[in-house]
Amino acid sequence: MEKHWLTRPRTIRRLWWFFATVLAATVLAELFVAHEADFSVERLTGFYALFGFVACVAMILFAKAIGSVLKRPDTYYAEKHDE
Amino acid sequence: MSSVWMHPSLALLVGALLLPLLHGAARSTVALSAPAVAVVLAWSVSDDAVWTWHLMGYEIIPLSVDKLSRLFAVIFALMSFGGTLFALNQTNRLELPAAFLYAGSAIGVALAGDLLTVFVFWELMAVGSTLVIWSTRTSASYRASMRYLMIHLLGGTLLLIGIAGHVVDTGSLRFVVMSPDSISHWFIFAAFLVNAGAPPLSAWLPDAYPEASWSGTVFLSAFTTKAAVYVLLRAFPGAEPLIYVGLYMIFYGIIYALLENDMRRILAYSIVNQVGFMLTGIGIGTDMALNGAASHAFTHILYKALLLMSAGSVLYMTGKRKCSDLGGLFQSMPLTTVCGIVGAAAISAFPLTSGFVSKSMIQQAAAGEHLFLVWLLLAAASAGVFLHAGIKFPWFVFFQTDSGLRPRDPPVTMRLAMVLFAALCVGLGIFYEPLYRMLPYATTYEPYTGPHVVTQLQLLLFSGLAFFVMLGWLRRALTVTLDVDWFYRVPLASLTNAGALSITALTGFVQRTLTAGVTAVTNYVHRYHGPYGLFERTWSSGSMALWMMVMLLAFLVAAYVW
Repeated sequence: MEKHWLTRPRTIRRLWWFFATVLAATVLAELFVAHEADFSVERLTGFYALFGFVACVAMILFAKAIGSVLKRPDTYYAEKHDE
Repeated sequence: MSSVWMHPSLALLVGALLLPLLHGAARSTVALSAPAVAVVLAWSVSDDAVWTWHLMGYEIIPLSVDKLSRLFAVIFALMSFGGTLFALNQTNRLELPAAFLYAGSAIGVALAGDLLTVFVFWELMAVGSTLVIWSTRTSASYRASMRYLMIHLLGGTLLLIGIAGHVVDTGSLRFVVMSPDSISHWFIFAAFLVNAGAPPLSAWLPDAYPEASWSGTVFLSAFTTKAAVYVLLRAFPGAEPLIYVGLYMIFYGIIYALLENDMRRILAYSIVNQVGFMLTGIGIGTDMALNGAASHAFTHILYKALLLMSAGSVLYMTGKRKCSDLGGLFQSMPLTTVCGIVGAAAISAFPLTSGFVSKSMIQQAAAGEHLFLVWLLLAAASAGVFLHAGIKFPWFVFFQTDSGLRPRDPPVTMRLAMVLFAALCVGLGIFYEPLYRMLPYATTYEPYTGPHVVTQLQLLLFSGLAFFVMLGWLRRALTVTLDVDWFYRVPLASLTNAGALSITALTGFVQRTLTAGVTAVTNYVHRYHGPYGLFERTWSSGSMALWMMVMLLAFLVAAYVW
């Protein structure tokens, strides 16, 4: 079966480059729009980019930590019920 | 229009009664026209319409309209129309009438002017929604619906206690602004929070909703939690505890959704997350925050329904619901994929979608009140929404590793429902003024400023980068994550089972003892009075004559002696 064009390695490489450009553009665009800041941290260029990235990494790590304690096989309750 | 000729709820409640009697095209016609009539009625009802009557000295107000109640009545009616269009292929004949009862009751809550009416519709909502889950008729859905019903009956009991206390305190049933300052108001507050999916009982929502059918979950996502948001908006605006409850729900939803493998359970956790944003807005309590909470409820109903429709379409076409069984579906389900992505973009509040024009008001309200920490957590939460719902859901269902499944897009009515809601999600993102005009407070908020658009794009796109960088940590396995419901599903269940066993043992003992006693008595009676018992033996006429003679002789002797 012919691979869908979106799944070809070359397309995926191009998509990465495309997204990298868009990411850079969103940070650069900040230099051209007037700042409206309610808090001083907002005046740092790229604050939202950095904060979004760090917050997500932190949430994934936190979820991983919680999961290591609270995760069970998905048949857990079914087995409890059969007892 | 000066008043309304029929209560908007009635259109759906009458529809619920008619549907079981009808078949085929007649059924579809009634099914679509009942919610359509409800939309028209809710839309056209004037902002000061009131129906009042007196019952046992109390004022009962089944219809009391202002901008806030109309906003919710309209979205509930609109939701019931879209949900019905999506559900027309459902072969189960109980689900749709149950959903009509459920939706009609939610509209009833939104338009209620007194607490008794709120309570009646509150309980009818619990019944309707339980029937929607229960109608799937699998043993898993039956057990989930019973757990769901228990929680909501608990909530209903809290509400009734609170209302009774409120009436004793104030002498009035009117549904007015309260504050959590008396015991009865705390009961009402707690009852509303139970339905909102607040901690510690949030688990009822992701436990029960994904057990409904492919179409049932779409209805369930809309009404219970948003009716709770409505009553909290009306009764407890500015109640500070709601800020903290809301923030907890936001992060609870994100973390549990990140760990989840079932696609519709991911979206169920995401409901808790989104309602958390609304409660935070209600807790902040300024005009802008309350407008934000109300408009976010409105837009959320549309995009969450759209997301669950796309998940429902996948379930309908493949019969699979776990991310680990899905992937690569974009190749054969292009329309479902696009609609799922529109819903995902809207929930993530991308510019040009409905989420962008509603959620940002809550965020801005936090900044306006100089609540730095709340503002910062809301920003992190916005990033987290994109992470768990905006990108995780479409990625694992429609892209990721190819599962080899090649289902087609679902039948036409399901496609139409998705396109309608996708159009609304984008339309409200661009033409937001009509929505803003419907909000309870006048607003001059302008969502599309250069900095707002740029910073929001930064926040979201770099969250996306984090997702793909950390993808290895997010791989799905066949797991569930324990929650507070564990306490009542395992230890409490064992305890009641043990209790049931000891009751069985006790009744067994009592029964055995009683049986032994009764047997002893009957044996005794039988021994002397049975067919061969001493007192019941048959005697020969000879011996009777002999004994007769003996007795007559004894009589004679006795008579002679005395």
